[in-house]
Amino acid sequence: MHRFTALLLLVLPVAGVFAGGAAWVMVPGGSFRSALKYEDGGIARIAKFEMRKRPVTNAEFLAFVQTHPQWRRDRVATVFADARYLSQWPSSTRLADDDQAAQPVVDVSWFAAQAYCQAQGARLPTWREWEYVAAADETRRDARKDPAWRERILGWYARPSSGPLPRAGLQAPDAYGVQDMHGLVWEWTDDFSSLLVSGDNRVQGDADKMKFCGAGALSMDDRENYAVLMRVAMLSSLEARDTTNSLGFRCAKDLP
Amino acid sequence: MKRLSIHLSSRLLRPALGCLLLVVAGALAAPAAAPLPKDSVYQLPLPLTDQHGKTWDWRSHRGQPQVVAMFYTSCQYMCPLIVDSGKAVQHALTPAEQTKLHIMLISMDPKRDTPAALMAIANKRKLDPARWSLASPRANDVRGVAGVLGVRYRQLADGEFNHTSALLLLDRDGRIVARTEQIGSVADPEFIQAVHRVVAKP
Repeated sequence: MHRFTALLLLVLPVAGVFAGGAAWVMVPGGSFRSALKYEDGGIARIAKFEMRKRPVTNAEFLAFVQTHPQWRRDRVATVFADARYLSQWPSSTRLADDDQAAQPVVDVSWFAAQAYCQAQGARLPTWREWEYVAAADETRRDARKDPAWRERILGWYARPSSGPLPRAGLQAPDAYGVQDMHGLVWEWTDDFSSLLVSGDNRVQGDADKMKFCGAGALSMDDRENYAVLMRVAMLSSLEARDTTNSLGFRCAKDLP
Repeated sequence: MKRLSIHLSSRLLRPALGCLLLVVAGALAAPAAAPLPKDSVYQLPLPLTDQHGKTWDWRSHRGQPQVVAMFYTSCQYMCPLIVDSGKAVQHALTPAEQTKLHIMLISMDPKRDTPAALMAIANKRKLDPARWSLASPRANDVRGVAGVLGVRYRQLADGEFNHTSALLLLDRDGRIVARTEQIGSVADPEFIQAVHRVVAKP
């Protein structure tokens, strides 16, 4: 089995595997400089892990809700999800149409996303894992220094979000074989609440010790990287029960 | 007596037998069988291991108002202040009120906050074990409890944590009725008013 995996790795940079009906992609480990300025060091070692190829869709989340009825929108504990939770569905157990079935699920709280991944024997990716994979374009694992790549991502943020969401999995896979890291929805990370970013740029890096024990808030090491900056600003403003109509998730798994 | 019966039933209600017991308990004593409110933090199952090495779910504290905060014992600066905050709340209460309130400090560092480490702080700060629980969740549960309590944290490479600090007041059913980020030996007057109201409720 190990030899088989190793062989696959030789042939392909990335081996896509199937598990639980959803496509998973093996992401090789590596060292990675975050766009965030961590006071305890900017370069992190990312261990290899598996990530879902696409964000979780409405159809997949509906199947979960049907087997875990405590996560139906009419039954969920309000401590785990706000009033908008799954409000895009016509009823608590039905989807509007095939289009909606294939769209990424949004209006899900961190608790619901975490419960979904746990039920698949998985977890949410960490912020560092997410940022690591999101640095890739179609051909390079780290395209972040390319102004054209940055422009393309900024173009998505500039588009109005009032129209219906596209289906998941329509965009070209990135160098890892993962789809839709940009250009579709925002995504929860397991440790979203570790992103202690001050709302005010001018005080970034100043230790506000009455609020943050130890040292200060995170600040940006790479202020040109808007894709990361906007994600971090958004995630750091959320509570675990919050939902928004542009925030979904995908799952990740440890690899031995 | 009433408080005791609520305690008992919330323990019984926990696992799979819950539905059956709900029916039985409902027939025997209606108030004791009241389902957990949907906005109660006790919706989250949370086994905790305390300074005595005993493991219990935080829902076993249903029936008594709690002041809850997250902390970790090796913290030099903020965490002693969190203990001060708990003491400041107690000092603002009458002795009769004090008996009705429990203080629960939940560690965000279960790896290092063993019962012995928790007990060392409890002894050093002379915390009455009848009124104070210092306890660690399982490692995988820390993000979840921080989520329901609205606490943000990040572990640093050296094992220290960056974290926001808050004191939360839970009513008998685990609903958050007050929150303050004013930490230290000077109590937040509005928070204290809320504690007076919650412990006064029958």
